[in-house]
Amino acid sequence: MGASFFGARVVRLEDAALLTGRGRFTDDIRIPGTLHAAFVRSPFAHARIGGIDAAAARAMPGVIGVWTLADLPEELRGKSLLLLLPNPAISQPLMPTVLAGDEARYVGEAVAVVVAETRPLAEDAAAAVIVDWDPLPAASDARDALKPGAPVAHSGTENNIAARFVNAYGDIDAAFVRAAHVVREDILHHRGGGHAMEGRAVLAHHDAEESRTMVWSATQAPHQVKRNLIGLLGWDENEIDVIAPDVGGGFGPKAMFYIEEAIIPLLARTLRRPVKWTEDRREHFLCASQERDQYWNVEAAFDAEGRLLGVRGTMIHDNGAYIPWGIVSPLISSTTVPGPYVLPAYRLETTVALTNKVQVTPVRGAGRPQAVFAMERLMDAGARALGLDAAEIRRRNLIPADLMPYDVGLIFRDGKPVTYDSGDYPRCQAEAEALAGYAGFEARREAARAEGRVIGIGIANYVEGTGLGPFEGATVRIGPSGKIMVASGAAPQGQGHRTTMAQLCAEKFGVGVADIEVVLADTTAIAHGVGTFASRIACNAMPSVHLASIDVRDKAVRVAAHMLEAAEEDIELEGGKAFVRGVPEMALTLGQIAHAVAGTPGYALPPGLDPGLESTHYFSPAAAAYCNGTHIAEVEVDVETGHVTILRYVTGHDAGRLINPLIVDGQVQGGVAHGVGNALFEALHFDAEANPLTTTFADYIIPGACDVPWAETVHIESPSPLNPLGVKGAGEGGTIPAAAAIVSAIEDALKEYGARFPYVPVTPSDIVGAIAAAEA
Amino acid sequence: MTEKTDITLTVNGRDFAVTVEPRRTLADTIRDDCGQTGTHIGCEHGVCGACTVLLDGEPVRSCLMFAVQAEGREIRTVEGLAADGALSPLQQAFIDNHALQCGFCTPGFLMLATGVLERDPDIGEDELREVLSSNLCRCTGYQNIVKAVKSAAATMKAGR
Repeated sequence: MGASFFGARVVRLEDAALLTGRGRFTDDIRIPGTLHAAFVRSPFAHARIGGIDAAAARAMPGVIGVWTLADLPEELRGKSLLLLLPNPAISQPLMPTVLAGDEARYVGEAVAVVVAETRPLAEDAAAAVIVDWDPLPAASDARDALKPGAPVAHSGTENNIAARFVNAYGDIDAAFVRAAHVVREDILHHRGGGHAMEGRAVLAHHDAEESRTMVWSATQAPHQVKRNLIGLLGWDENEIDVIAPDVGGGFGPKAMFYIEEAIIPLLARTLRRPVKWTEDRREHFLCASQERDQYWNVEAAFDAEGRLLGVRGTMIHDNGAYIPWGIVSPLISSTTVPGPYVLPAYRLETTVALTNKVQVTPVRGAGRPQAVFAMERLMDAGARALGLDAAEIRRRNLIPADLMPYDVGLIFRDGKPVTYDSGDYPRCQAEAEALAGYAGFEARREAARAEGRVIGIGIANYVEGTGLGPFEGATVRIGPSGKIMVASGAAPQGQGHRTTMAQLCAEKFGVGVADIEVVLADTTAIAHGVGTFASRIACNAMPSVHLASIDVRDKAVRVAAHMLEAAEEDIELEGGKAFVRGVPEMALTLGQIAHAVAGTPGYALPPGLDPGLESTHYFSPAAAAYCNGTHIAEVEVDVETGHVTILRYVTGHDAGRLINPLIVDGQVQGGVAHGVGNALFEALHFDAEANPLTTTFADYIIPGACDVPWAETVHIESPSPLNPLGVKGAGEGGTIPAAAAIVSAIEDALKEYGARFPYVPVTPSDIVGAIAAAEA
Repeated sequence: MTEKTDITLTVNGRDFAVTVEPRRTLADTIRDDCGQTGTHIGCEHGVCGACTVLLDGEPVRSCLMFAVQAEGREIRTVEGLAADGALSPLQQAFIDNHALQCGFCTPGFLMLATGVLERDPDIGEDELREVLSSNLCRCTGYQNIVKAVKSAAATMKAGR
């Protein structure tokens, strides 16, 4: 056997093409004769559509056509997009048609599509489509939307309640009766959008000769795009290929299926010409999924020693106008609250509100940052009430390692009990504290104070269910060329799947990672796929690559043993060749071995061997693997300007065994950056009529190179027992507790002012305002 | 507005005769008319910097310029960085330091940093970070980009 690549900091196979301009993002794909689409979108959050006059637009130069809902095939007109994740708690499963018909329900909802020879001509014509808008009262703030008599987001409905559910266990009332201390927090947690640097994009090309439609989409889930197309358009499986080529970041919103992904292929087939649509940034702000607002009213009961007795409360979740991913985000929020703590009793009542805003679906962290923020604020409040240090009160409540696996008492979104599979939470916090020099902070505070600087420290813990099933697959195949190929539905958007999969496969054959060809995100290359979201690829796809590689290696050895007339146990695989141990000159290439089982017409295969050097595995984990971590932020606050500088940022991170620490560290660092954005910058504002007020990167601030600290990371590798590699997901942990840790540090810095920030983002004006209020 | 005009753009030393509307941006022209799709468009309002190219050696947002304004100027894009198939020290440093994930913003960062290092090879870390903060990246959290540019600066200095 050759080198083991598991655990090595292997540089990425993806990079060279992306660094030389040879990346192939959807908008980079050029097919001669391509037409371009632009959408006519609602300027109102809620409006009745009286009529659409596209005559002038249709007459403009270069315009091929304009389609409203009424112009689409009859069987599509009455169909709504599929609600991908149904749940019995959903009382109003409201989903859009591919174009709005009688009513538009958020600013940006598409009502017509224009196709022209160029994008500028399509946009010119879209601006010339005249829509008879009759504005209606809009549901904007989710709390107001739930009040009696509030305007309904969908005309003809009774109210704006999409779902209500309770997650609870233990005797919560008794916990509060016997509490020594009760603390309460009323929180507005705002989360922004995903804001991948590449917006969404769709290109479709119908090959009339082959009667197939090729669809390229900047998606996280090509197999789901295909499934939705089949469901909506009634096309056969064999008529559609969906490919996610290079995708410029995902972060959740690209896991959704969007109306543009249905319309562009339909028009390409109708017009018999390729059609492309590339989202611009304004459209991304208006039409791509966001995560937005949750309102938490929660209280925690502690005993006299600071041990948690119970947490209870209510939460309102703004889901926007539709619920394509059901109630996944608020459900995850609700089941994430207990986190790493022994929490004997819990009750959270959640209401999911419909509003006249674009739909909410998961954004990196998927409801967890909100839950962690709520829980960690309660821990901070408990520490204040008891006069304990913030790390100490957490230490007293962390689940001891010897209680693993630990059954929390809740049901996760996969319908299975929330059972933490492995981990050592006390050790993780202790190692993070050691790296951060937590114990020495008060001395640093004093030294800073002597220099006239105000600094603070904050700590936050989290547990994250990763690796949701049901499966992700991989095919490993060696053909007569001898090339080893891995195919998987695990569509990447920068996570380095190609490299990680090559690592797992190459070591089975004694070849280098660059010798493995990895084909991803192509529905023709592998029959089934789920997609890349929910930090699920490590736990689902990677074991599939591992198991399929072992199968193919074992078969190559069997065939080689037969061909070399040797015992299987005497065959070695090295450098892409099989030989009898000690006789390297008697070697067969993998190509020769593959040829032997590729079949010669009329001749039998070697006895006991089936055709091909190929294996497919769809690994299906029994349950979610729970990773965990501790984040510690040390910040300096400029009390004059309100500016926050993150001086140090430390993460204790346990995502099980690491296949490629270089890539995992990159995921943590990037995740922290997103969390910094949530803590300090990112806010999608809407007015009372639900008009979006933040539609550019000038209004909506994404952190830059001067804002993001280095995330110094200590990895604790508690193997997951739920997959053969012992891995857990690592894509979201960097984001999840970051806002909680940073806001806690800001409050700690300003503790002499008693400043409280029960919300994010915390902006300089919030800080200056809090200080002024304290001094008034 | 839609009346077209003939111009010649010089991209990576090669002349492209193109016919464009006056309103056409340099970014669209480089991608669609010159076929150099390595330059990406992330926001079209001059904030993200994914479309950064070098214009007579200076980093500019190609989404904020019209193509007609770039006539007669020397335009450099990501496709011109590698010489005879050999990656530039900066490109290699991006690989070695895992300074890219999805790679969409990367061409903009490469052109920005190339321009900066050519102008000021001895740039200090704080100033470098300040300059790099003119572009946005959503994947990496920037640390590895800063590391890569510093490392490339050292390599280039050693090779001078």
